[in-house]
Amino acid sequence: MSDRARGFATVGKSLRKVDGRALVTGKPEFVADLQLPDTLHVKILGSPYAHARIASIDTSAAEAMPGVACVLTHVNTPTTRHTTAGQGYPEPSPYDTRMFENKVRFVGDRVAAVAADSEAIAKAALNLIRVEYEELPAVLSIDEALADGAPVIHDEADSTGIYDVARNIVADVDIDVGNVEQGFNDSDEVVEVTCETQYAQHTPIETHVVLSYLDGANRLVLRTSTQVPFHARRIVAQTLGIPMHRIRVIKPRIGGGFGTKQEILIEDIAGLVSLRTGRPALVSLTRKEEFVAARTRHPMRVRVKLGAMKDGRLNAIEMEATSNTGAYGAHGLTVLANAGSKTLPLYNKAPHAHFYGQAVYTNLPVGGAYRGYGATQGYFALETAMDELADRLGMDPIELRQVNHIRVGETSPIFEKLGEGREGVSQIVNSCELPRCIEIGAERIGWARKRGKRLKVGRWVHGLGMSVMMQGSGIPEIDMGAATIKMNEDGSFNLLIGATDLGTGSDTILAQIAAEVLGVPLTKMLVTSSDTDLTPFDVGAYASSTTYVSGMAVQRAAEQVRDQIFGVAAPLLDVAIDTLSLHDEAVFATAGNSVTLAQVCQRAMYESNQFQIGATASCVPTQSPPPFLANFAEVAVNLDTGKVRVVHYVAAVDCGVAINPQMAEGQMEGSVMNGIGYALTEEMILSSKGRVRNPSLFDYKIPGMLDVPAMDVVLVESYEPTGPMGAKSVGEIGINGPIPTIANAIYDAVGIRLTETPFTPERVLKAMKEASS
Amino acid sequence: MNDVTITLTINGREKTFEIAAGEKLLEVLRREGYMSIKKGCGTGDCGACAILLNGRAVNSCLVFAAKADGGTILTAEGLSTGEALHPIQTAFLDEGAVQCGYCTPGMMMSTVDLLTRNPHPTEAEIREALSGNLCRCTGYVKQIRAVQRAAELMEEGGADV
Repeated sequence: MSDRARGFATVGKSLRKVDGRALVTGKPEFVADLQLPDTLHVKILGSPYAHARIASIDTSAAEAMPGVACVLTHVNTPTTRHTTAGQGYPEPSPYDTRMFENKVRFVGDRVAAVAADSEAIAKAALNLIRVEYEELPAVLSIDEALADGAPVIHDEADSTGIYDVARNIVADVDIDVGNVEQGFNDSDEVVEVTCETQYAQHTPIETHVVLSYLDGANRLVLRTSTQVPFHARRIVAQTLGIPMHRIRVIKPRIGGGFGTKQEILIEDIAGLVSLRTGRPALVSLTRKEEFVAARTRHPMRVRVKLGAMKDGRLNAIEMEATSNTGAYGAHGLTVLANAGSKTLPLYNKAPHAHFYGQAVYTNLPVGGAYRGYGATQGYFALETAMDELADRLGMDPIELRQVNHIRVGETSPIFEKLGEGREGVSQIVNSCELPRCIEIGAERIGWARKRGKRLKVGRWVHGLGMSVMMQGSGIPEIDMGAATIKMNEDGSFNLLIGATDLGTGSDTILAQIAAEVLGVPLTKMLVTSSDTDLTPFDVGAYASSTTYVSGMAVQRAAEQVRDQIFGVAAPLLDVAIDTLSLHDEAVFATAGNSVTLAQVCQRAMYESNQFQIGATASCVPTQSPPPFLANFAEVAVNLDTGKVRVVHYVAAVDCGVAINPQMAEGQMEGSVMNGIGYALTEEMILSSKGRVRNPSLFDYKIPGMLDVPAMDVVLVESYEPTGPMGAKSVGEIGINGPIPTIANAIYDAVGIRLTETPFTPERVLKAMKEASS
Repeated sequence: MNDVTITLTINGREKTFEIAAGEKLLEVLRREGYMSIKKGCGTGDCGACAILLNGRAVNSCLVFAAKADGGTILTAEGLSTGEALHPIQTAFLDEGAVQCGYCTPGMMMSTVDLLTRNPHPTEAEIREALSGNLCRCTGYVKQIRAVQRAAELMEEGGADV
């Protein structure tokens, strides 16, 4: 623990989650746990075709069915173009989506919705809708999208924000530092690697679900499983064409998100059903619907070219990324940009750098935000190329990283040149314990002892791999979080935050920050979060922003409240304000005499110069300090079957001061395990017609308890001076590690360089056979 | 519609329900207010709806409610009463095994099943017993530890304070 973090009473402690008791006792805290009388059940009809026009749609039989309250199609719904991506306004994603449309662009795209007295009736009514489709030629890969004469997926006139409609290019990014061609010419060694990632899904155990109803004032309440309550309110108002003040969004406890709930996928439908019928409406995606019609990680093809001198010093880095955004452009630009912006600054020693890329439409499932957000795809190629470069130079891969990675006091021109879909913000790295992360990780995995030994146990060959990475902490000069704190006369406080806890523990850590400043135990900090009527604005849970951005807003609000408390206490203690201190639920004078917080608030509420002690503060960060991570893995590869088993995984992370170390570890363990699934087993398999062929948790294999390797997560503390209590982010970074780390370990074990995920037995075996023939 | 009557003893209380013939326990129990039982897939792949039926953990989405007639059921709501928590609940909280909490009730029910049959499980036995409960948040590391801790607490006879 750093010296500055040592004095904390609440921060840095692994306290129980503030919502933990409700969760372990099974309280009805989730969206669908609220049962309202007369609720309509909504089912959505999805397109059977990847690309088609709806020539006609006849809903008369469905509407006539007893128990059906409402049928929605493109004929009777608002036509406003919008994006489903819940991002800051104006969104960097194109407005290419309508609620319903007479054109469908992927298998599962919305055609109609039925609201009925029961799910069974709604399903039966869906079958009575007669749709005549005119099938169009479909675009089913990146190459098909970019081919001359390719069918145009968004040929409509009213979409906006698309880079090149005719060529199916939703976004294009191109930034230069120095002159890479010169850089490569001047280099002693040049390597080039192209990696491709697959369609993968978030699979929160709770699918997308929303319950809507009209309250007593005839306002629309959306109780929804969202990461972005305030964006959801804005986008639903825009989509439905109703005033924003008529909508209230409440996020109760939600069953995970990982990015997919940064998307407004079903709230508009539920809301319109309630507005049209006056009845509550429940939309709850089945697992199959989630796989087919919710969001995915953008599959990408990423080419990295590195030029280096004999001593390992990088001279030039080039990254070219082509991203498949599927049928709609949600997060298309920003995920693409982040493939470069979150990766290239790590190796800031190279004077020449070039990032360019395109995101293209296809008639395939839609990409969206997914933990890691482009960095995951970028690091696969970058860290694979670094491993290859080390091999060519005859250097230890660790040493190659040590020579090149960014350090405290340094910057990278990329920070300024490349942000989230626009120019970035220049910054200097204030905290970086990556050298210690590497050192600790190498020691834990047994790097010096085991690497390059190709230890054989039966038919299994062992190998070691490593990779390093950074992420960010929020989006500088865009993200905003706000917090309100008010005091109660028993010395407790209400903390009202727009920030969105999707299971991450943010309610708890934000309360820990407030409790730390105000000198109270966590039980005296009462949290209300994510309700657009009751809590101040926050962009929501994404971009690794909550701890750093919302946390700083909380710290500032708490400091203002503390100053008000001092103002009341000073005359009571008859001392000057600047001599006071606040801890253990009391205000202390230097002489040791004190008044309790309850006494202070009672005075302010009932006795003298009465006022409500309370404050609202905001944070818009000017920087995005990167957390850093060193990954090490020992894998075993079966020579007969090609199966890859992760034996031991070490993740040593610098996330600044961990506000709640146990929860920070939990973020790392969860994201690493998700990354291992992405590396080895998870893959949405698409038919030749663009249909998801494995839309179940039986056929799409996410890790279970039997798949967990020996895992060491090490929190290597630094103190980030711009962060609340010294904290940086930890939510996303871990998911980027497993793919390159495991790929590099496989190379160490059997000498094959895998460039396509996931590393299934078939792929590994095929690569081994090709290498030996 | 309601063509079958069944009687179940749920968390110690006997209840009689009218149900439709094809309904699964998951739907019936949630309709009756046992909201700790979560739906993650409806196909028996995720374990979020696990309950104890006659002492054994089952995926309630796969069990016809009519077949459970006369049975005894335990859900997360019935693990503890009043202020004190069950040792399994305490262990899950203290070890950081709960993130979003959606898989937690099912995970705890599988733990009850395991520790009832095997009070001192090895790590391998824990992994095997809980392998049908999927969690996307935690990476399972702290859940494995929570089950070990729960076994210790139950051995000590300890409950929450």
